[in-house]
Amino acid sequence: MGKVLEMRAITKQFPRVLANDKVDFDLNHGEIHALVGENGSGKSTLMSILYGLYQKDGGEIIVRGQPVQITEPRQAIDLKIGMVFQHFMLIEPLTVAENIVLGSEIRKGPFLDHKRMVSEVERLSEEYGLKIDPNAKVADLSVGLQQRVEILKALYRGADILILDEPTAVLTPQEVEDLFEVLNTLKSKGTSIVFITHKIKEVLAVSDRVSVLRRGKKIGTKSTAETNEQELAEMMVGRVVLLRVEKGPAKPGREVLRLDGVTVKDQFGHVKVNNVSLTVRSGEVLGIAGVEGNGQSELVEAIAGLTKVAGGSIHLSNQDITGWSPLRVRRAGFGLVPEDRHRRGLVLDYSVADNLILGLHGSKPFVHNGLRSEKKIAEHAEELIRDYDIRPPVASQPARALSGGNQQKIVVAREFTQNPDLLICSQPTRGVDVGAIEFIHQQVIAQRDQGAAVLLVSAELDEVLSLSDRVAVMYNGEIVNVMPIEEVTEHKLGFLMLGGRPEEYDANEVSGSADQD
Amino acid sequence: MRTKIKALPWQELLLPLAAVVLALLIGSVFILYVGENPLTAYGILFKESLGSVRNIATTLQRATPLMFTGMAVAFAFRAGLFNIGAEGQLYIGAFAAAWVGFTFANLPRIIHLPLAIVAGMAGGALWASIAGVLKAKLGVHEVINTIMLNFIALFLTDWLVTGPFHGGSWVPETARISASAALSRIYPPTRLTTAVYLAVVAAAAVYLILWKTKRGYELRAVGLNPSAAEYGGINVARNTIIAMAISGALAGLAGTEQILGLHNRFILRFSSDLGFMGVAVALLGKNHPVGVILAAILFGALQAGSAAMDRLTAVPRELITIIQALIIFFVAAEYLIRRMLRLKEDA
Repeated sequence: MGKVLEMRAITKQFPRVLANDKVDFDLNHGEIHALVGENGSGKSTLMSILYGLYQKDGGEIIVRGQPVQITEPRQAIDLKIGMVFQHFMLIEPLTVAENIVLGSEIRKGPFLDHKRMVSEVERLSEEYGLKIDPNAKVADLSVGLQQRVEILKALYRGADILILDEPTAVLTPQEVEDLFEVLNTLKSKGTSIVFITHKIKEVLAVSDRVSVLRRGKKIGTKSTAETNEQELAEMMVGRVVLLRVEKGPAKPGREVLRLDGVTVKDQFGHVKVNNVSLTVRSGEVLGIAGVEGNGQSELVEAIAGLTKVAGGSIHLSNQDITGWSPLRVRRAGFGLVPEDRHRRGLVLDYSVADNLILGLHGSKPFVHNGLRSEKKIAEHAEELIRDYDIRPPVASQPARALSGGNQQKIVVAREFTQNPDLLICSQPTRGVDVGAIEFIHQQVIAQRDQGAAVLLVSAELDEVLSLSDRVAVMYNGEIVNVMPIEEVTEHKLGFLMLGGRPEEYDANEVSGSADQD
Repeated sequence: MRTKIKALPWQELLLPLAAVVLALLIGSVFILYVGENPLTAYGILFKESLGSVRNIATTLQRATPLMFTGMAVAFAFRAGLFNIGAEGQLYIGAFAAAWVGFTFANLPRIIHLPLAIVAGMAGGALWASIAGVLKAKLGVHEVINTIMLNFIALFLTDWLVTGPFHGGSWVPETARISASAALSRIYPPTRLTTAVYLAVVAAAAVYLILWKTKRGYELRAVGLNPSAAEYGGINVARNTIIAMAISGALAGLAGTEQILGLHNRFILRFSSDLGFMGVAVALLGKNHPVGVILAAILFGALQAGSAAMDRLTAVPRELITIIQALIIFFVAAEYLIRRMLRLKEDA
């Protein structure tokens, strides 16, 4: 197999960081090469250099045997290099076909030839097995399908080297599966793919080879078949990482959260949470598994007082908190790590210190007679930055400047140090790198052991399985089943998450095992 | 990876400065067109606005109302609200101040003047609160409702000054305020009054409220990310109303200053867009109280110098309006200037 791409000793200096330090990287014809590393390790920078978005300060790039200079994306496209970004660059009101041909439209005289545009896109989508409706409006598509449009856009421009920058970060587990299938099809058609990620599971699932970057340096390249999760995690983080959370058995105490028939409707009156009842006790973690969009977000927001409850009641430590304001719920002993830290959890333009008091900003000791106590706020920030290892340890920096993992640590630090009776963690490790995941998981267990009732909502099965003491599955706004962790298997969870009934599963299991015998 | 390094303070100052320089450069094309030497014209402009203590005093007098309206717009903007209604709030505040000024003629100065000022603030605050309530409770966008309220304020004061409170002269104006409610001049014969001190105090107050109080923390959080503010237990609706009220009080002070310091009576449509100029001043001043003060002084200087330029050269005073417009254009086109100055950080 020939090399289609070689990058040698690529160096890139940014004002304060050496983003790439003599990095070597190569790509074989028709392979999927995973490029992994923690946030800020330089993997996106390396690929942005290849795509002409950044100029390298040193090193050389060889594409199909020819040394090349790539100073702008146009040249990369001419070299049949395509890149799909994490944040899509699509024009939402336009159709799929219009988006795909944008910039190289097919014309008939001065007019666009819509018919041929559509047929071209159809031909392309058939050739690569990427099913899509060319006439659909992009705005109406799911995120997974929008990503497919991005891939088609690159293919339409003739790309046979395809770079995907953290393509799974925005996808649901099912969409991830679909994407992997697409990648394998592309591979079989001879496309060479660079797959940027920080999720080791994905690397193992889809790649042929894997290269690890850490702090701008290449740590090594391995054949995927010859490596494993533990080894990759250590290469990424630079030390031994505990992938399994160490925890003792739960010691459930008093009932902290009780939901009785809680129903939540959206602004259009559609039922999002349907008659949900459950309890969480002090000293235990109740995990809610489920494909995203099955009402978990609405349920959490309802408990937090951020959404109106249409029916049922919510009790926190034997107080009826239904309909309370977010502040009142918070003061009744509630902490929340929200699913979307950028939208809910942080004011990105506020300093780290100011973010660390969000929600506490009106309480002592941070305010005195309506005036901010700068000294207390600074001390608080210093303490939390140290305890939660927030990097860089600069309290005055805007939260925006921190990596995803460190931003999440701000939220976690703020919510956890209040030692709330009820702690809800919604997607607590989304977009967070391996080292920080380990840390956050340990903190969740520490909260549990200190007697907090923890409600964990996660789309990551691994996370639910390793942290929970009991697991509930949410499907279509309802709690399908609540079971002790001992009775849970990944397979069973998957079955229930996709809408299977618990009775059916047990029946299938019996007949399934009978077949095997 | 793409860590955005915070813009350094000197860059913050550099951008508005570059906008001013560019505007003056383009202005000089117009000056050349009418056959004058730009250096001469700008020289006169500079000398007449900042060349002597007296000229500086005139500049400050012109700048004072803009300091208030600029601050009004900036304050609302920090809370995520675009207050286009400073003009209307200014009129209501001005009328309230004038009414106190000519109605309670027998009060001692120590009570009368503060009372008139407070009335002016209250009038503006009340008018702006209507917009705040409409936004917070009914979701009516503040740009739309403040524009509408501007019209209402204008016509309302038109009626008041021509009808029930007409002063009896042949022009549409109220009775004169009593001397006990008038602001003192500090550098006669210029009409600069103690209102300029009040503006500095207001700027300090705005700074303290926004950055040193719990209220300011909440207001700015609502402005930057209302969802996160809500999550943090902040009442978004209440803070929206408070932000508008404070903004309106500042606009009301601009009207108050014009009445108690300059006109000494409410005159029909006296403002000549001071409220709208506030938007420009806030934009140029980067919505920061210190920036607003500086921007207001710049605009005041341009206005103060324009009369002399008009008189002594063939350059019409309208050039100043063009330059002001160009400044705003370039401030708004910040990206363009960043490119020109190569302030672009990594892509």
